[in-house]
Amino acid sequence: MAMTLNDDQNMLRESARDFMASEAPVTHFRKFRDMGCKDGFSHGLWKQFAEMGFTGILIPEAEGGMGMGQIEAGIVLEEIGRNLSPSPFLTTSVAAVEALKLADKAMRDRWFPGILAGETVIGIAIEEGVKHRPEKIACVAERSGNGFKLTGHKQFVVQGTSSDMLIVAARTAGAVGETDGLTLFAVDKDAAGLSMEAARLVDSAMAAHVKLEGVQVNADAVIGDVDGGWAVLSKMLDAGRVGAAAEMVGVGTGAMDMTFDYLKTRKQFDRVIGEFQALQHRAAHLYGEMEGARSIVLKAQSLMDEGHAKAELYVAAAKAKAGLACNLAVREGVQMHGGIGMTDEYDIGLYMKRDRGLNEFFGDAYYHADRVATMNGY
Amino acid sequence: MSDLETFRAEARAWLEENCPAEMRTPAKGDEDVCWGGRNFVFQSEAQKLWLERCVAKGYTVPDWPKAYGGAGLSPQETKVLRQEMAKLGCRSPLNSFGIWMLGPALLKFGTEEQKVHYMGQIARGEIRWCQGYSEPGSGSDLVSMQTFGEDKGDHWVVNGQKIWTSYADKADWIFCLVRTDKTNKYQGISFLLFDMETPGVTTKPIKLISGNSPFCETFFDNVVVPKHQIVGELNRGWDVAKYLLGHEREMISGMGGDGGVTSIGAAMKAVLTEEPVLRAQMALFDVENLTFRAHGERFMDEWKTGKAHPAYSNLMKYVGTELNKKRNELVMSIGGTQALEWESERSNGGSKARNWLRTKANSIEGGTSEVMLNVVSKRILEMPGA
Repeated sequence: MAMTLNDDQNMLRESARDFMASEAPVTHFRKFRDMGCKDGFSHGLWKQFAEMGFTGILIPEAEGGMGMGQIEAGIVLEEIGRNLSPSPFLTTSVAAVEALKLADKAMRDRWFPGILAGETVIGIAIEEGVKHRPEKIACVAERSGNGFKLTGHKQFVVQGTSSDMLIVAARTAGAVGETDGLTLFAVDKDAAGLSMEAARLVDSAMAAHVKLEGVQVNADAVIGDVDGGWAVLSKMLDAGRVGAAAEMVGVGTGAMDMTFDYLKTRKQFDRVIGEFQALQHRAAHLYGEMEGARSIVLKAQSLMDEGHAKAELYVAAAKAKAGLACNLAVREGVQMHGGIGMTDEYDIGLYMKRDRGLNEFFGDAYYHADRVATMNGY
Repeated sequence: MSDLETFRAEARAWLEENCPAEMRTPAKGDEDVCWGGRNFVFQSEAQKLWLERCVAKGYTVPDWPKAYGGAGLSPQETKVLRQEMAKLGCRSPLNSFGIWMLGPALLKFGTEEQKVHYMGQIARGEIRWCQGYSEPGSGSDLVSMQTFGEDKGDHWVVNGQKIWTSYADKADWIFCLVRTDKTNKYQGISFLLFDMETPGVTTKPIKLISGNSPFCETFFDNVVVPKHQIVGELNRGWDVAKYLLGHEREMISGMGGDGGVTSIGAAMKAVLTEEPVLRAQMALFDVENLTFRAHGERFMDEWKTGKAHPAYSNLMKYVGTELNKKRNELVMSIGGTQALEWESERSNGGSKARNWLRTKANSIEGGTSEVMLNVVSKRILEMPGA
């Protein structure tokens, strides 16, 4: 496949760009942040996402969606990143949908219509520690009655308290540290024994700590195979990782463009500061880093869409590179803005906060660089 | 089967039948590479046979038109041929600055006669070319060069000195920037071609920190160059030079991904496992390496469809050469004390150390990294200032 967008993809980019810029620009984000919104996003905007067809972008056409791939989801995510548009798109329409595509028809019929309508939000309950370690899941699902009983805790469940359902990874067999023996469950938010505590994060997103105290689910709550959850989990995580990488390309590019504009207008020593070579070289270097990130993300997306054997390696590299490049963009952004870069009034600091959250989402740059090394045989 | 897949099958069959087994192993070093030219001595019968067969097929320059010695392949077909060659491990039949640099410039600026004559010679590996650009006082500020060609009616008489002329001592001809108008800085340079055996041309190899001497100083003392040996218009050689530098930057930028298909980390697993900090550096390098390869692929796809910014090759040159330097720093760290050996057979004549030192020139030759960043910042990012 050529590493350029085709005409349809360019059209989607234009419509996503126009939509985010007019309906969900940074001022929209600020409004919901400043009102101390308990969800951290607007349900109205989520409905509008649905009207644009975005919420079902990865849902097969036969089931009412747009039947598109990671490249297209990434196009939407890049614009989300550029505008800091708050929404459940990454967790619900990307990660959760990829997991549910591997579920049986009854479960898909139960959840896809709500996602397509922009009414349903799904939380991803994977993390149990402060760092991403999916193979170390210790939450237990014991056989009980017609199903399972879940006991354990989860954290960093983004939009958890706004969710209608949580996808919970739990151990049905094997020991902590093993990839075999995991199972994924769709757990209703109102299930008895499930409790959540919402926490506001640095980037104003809401994430929940979840307690599962003997939560009873039926056998039909299993997504994929019992004990074989790693396959579903990997697919869900990789979609979430490459999606977060695409969003970081948007965050980084947004921060970079804003900074370059500033370099061209801010005057000191009687000249525009963009005339100084010390800043020009850093700007050019940053541009190269962001272009590299954009390239590896596109490569990873296209390999995922092809179902290529090397997709996993490239997703890891893409999450790592996008994380490093976006992080550079926001750090250079704040520094080059000088004093006003430290103010809440200026947007550049918001990009720095968003970057931090996305970097941690489903594994940071160091975690994924480590995986690249392992997959490369050392 | 699509046309391209038919071509792939044909190319594969041709390569299997015509590429000698000895030419399907990696070249052992620079002296094992076929550079062609009047004085070239083939290292083996297989090397000679492989060149002759490729010349007959047009495969030394597959994407050049047939009239100029190529095979007339489309960019897609050329890519497929290279893929099939890589799969079989076929060596390049012929390396040359004529192929990489002068040929593309002739194709754009040369007369029909020049194309048939010079490009044909290049394609057949008959003439080895060198490039006369830099001068002792003109490195990054190349346009300040002083080598002067005095107009003598039907010829110029050239006097001056070039430096960093790659393989000038082995080359048959030179493509050379010569000032033909002292009053106009940019539009006072002409792009001349002449024989290195012309009276008045002398070369002196420069020994580098790698211990090797791939570059020379080149002196011109009343060298006579006939007027028909100019490429492009009089005093417009800077246009040709800039175009050619773009190709050079692409070529150098390609080196960053060298050997990237298999990570060097896997081969040195034992060392890396015992040194977690080194392993981490290697892991981060592998991320950059995969990124650069994807970046290069995207750049070429955008270039082919005319979507790339004309100055983008400057960015690729910067990223690729800096990456290659980083790669060689890591190779030296992983290699430890053995990589320090300079002459032993064990170290293949100090190849790691010499390659490491050689790569330090990557971000100097063909435009320094600092100049590349200037160009990117001004032309792509449109930063203000002179």
